[in-house]
Amino acid sequence: MAIVVYLETEDGNFKKSALEVSSYGRKLADETKTNLYGIAFNSSDPDKIRKYGIDKLVNIKTDHVFDARIFADLLSKNFKELGGTIFITGSSADSRFIFPVVSILLDASYATNVVDFPSGISPLVLKRSAFTNKGFVFTELKTKYKIIGILNNSYGIFESERKLEVKEYMAESQDSNLQVESIKEDEEKISIADAEIVVSGGRGLKGPENWDLVEDLAKTLGAATACSKPVSDMGWRPHSEHVGQTGKPVASNLYIAIGVSGAIQHLAGINASKCKVVINNDPEAPFFKAADYGVIGDAFEVVPKLIDGLKKFKSR
Amino acid sequence: MKILVCISSVPDTTSKINFIENETQFDKSGVQYIINPNDEFGLTRAMWLKEKQNCEVHVISVGIVDTDPILRKALAIGADQAFRVDINPMDANQVAREISDFIKNKDYKLIIAGRESIDYNGGMVPGMIATLINANYVSNCVSLEVNQSNFKATRETDGGKENISGTLPLVIGGQKGLVEEKDLIIPNMRGIMMSRKKPLTIIEAKYQTFQTDTVKYEKLPPKGAIKLVNPEKINDLIDLLHNEAKVI
Repeated sequence: MAIVVYLETEDGNFKKSALEVSSYGRKLADETKTNLYGIAFNSSDPDKIRKYGIDKLVNIKTDHVFDARIFADLLSKNFKELGGTIFITGSSADSRFIFPVVSILLDASYATNVVDFPSGISPLVLKRSAFTNKGFVFTELKTKYKIIGILNNSYGIFESERKLEVKEYMAESQDSNLQVESIKEDEEKISIADAEIVVSGGRGLKGPENWDLVEDLAKTLGAATACSKPVSDMGWRPHSEHVGQTGKPVASNLYIAIGVSGAIQHLAGINASKCKVVINNDPEAPFFKAADYGVIGDAFEVVPKLIDGLKKFKSR
Repeated sequence: MKILVCISSVPDTTSKINFIENETQFDKSGVQYIINPNDEFGLTRAMWLKEKQNCEVHVISVGIVDTDPILRKALAIGADQAFRVDINPMDANQVAREISDFIKNKDYKLIIAGRESIDYNGGMVPGMIATLINANYVSNCVSLEVNQSNFKATRETDGGKENISGTLPLVIGGQKGLVEEKDLIIPNMRGIMMSRKKPLTIIEAKYQTFQTDTVKYEKLPPKGAIKLVNPEKINDLIDLLHNEAKVI
């Protein structure tokens, strides 16, 4: 028996979510008195994970196109070879692409959107966000193999240095009938999924020409930028920035909404964020009922002052 | 070409989420059920394929009799036939297995499901079906073109997009982008009349064992009152975010 974590990399580096997943795995391994193993693809510096509680890392080198079937196959085989019983992964778009496939290959039960450490280990019971962040459900996983998909920013990162053993190998090539071409939106930009802070703009900003406000505030905070549905529908901003029920989900530590009224679909999509701030000149905007902090005022006056204040705060 | 659209019946977004029986059951009373929004984008895309490429569109749902109204709605929107696997599903694995069994030995080239349902948000069913029927699979699918044997699709990733092409059969987890909100079809009277004559076939469920159990539900913790900051004293907000919320 062992706990196995899937450690996602990006350009060879472990993603922040990989550190969170291994921290979670370490605690579960300690509580169940077992080892914690990691599996990664193409890590260029495997030793970086030593601090986060991994006893042994299998680093798979592969130049395959991103075919979910092939990656799921490699993960499943290595999980079994490591003697895994519980497989832990994050909630990135890629994880959520691969792991439904893994769950069938392993005949494993799978809980997504897990927001907390298991409320019971035997049987394994997990608290999951459900109803698009309007409630929680506690799910028991009943099969021999189990998969836990944890939501980003829901557990935290904790250091626990181990004697890390690294095994590296080159994956055999497998047939794929897929051609895959990756298009990165903007190398500089922080993705909404990985961001700790998200700054979002709504119709109250009056037009795409005013988005400097959102972008400057985001830059000052090291945040990702997002927008409400009407803004993306009107073509002011790309669809990839739309957050809400039918857009991208947000689970950041801080969410700042500027000129967003707060339609129920929008609030549902961002409700997993821990701290919500609204800046809006309409005190009747529904967002004021959902937020932790609010400023009733003209965004065009408030936001530049906020940016100035934050710059001073950062240089303190 | 035959297309199968998988549909989940979910509580309308504006529904109050309550739990009963000592927080062990979802309270269905007063809840309006709708076609899962991500599935509806997929259904609309399928209708366009029907119109332009002469495809036949079937819809399927796993659920008990109260799922019928949303299947009738899908027929009114323009689907040709509906199927319902007659069981109250307990988890994604069960739904995927029932639908995969239904698909076997039928000639569906394209299977469209939503990225995730807005009730349990699992996002697992399309990937599971693809694996069970050995088809190609694209999740978070925001654009899709197909011909008789090939597809071109776009998957939204966390930091951009991926253009994926390959051979049919294909299963997608669809979302907004396949079509836009303004493209969604509101059934007209003729569609509604026609839907009553279209076949809705009930299929006996095969899988009675589940991989997971729902232990209980929990409501969101009550939210504290909002703290308003004077726009003239915006540094107070920075102070609160730093010292109280500890997020900057």
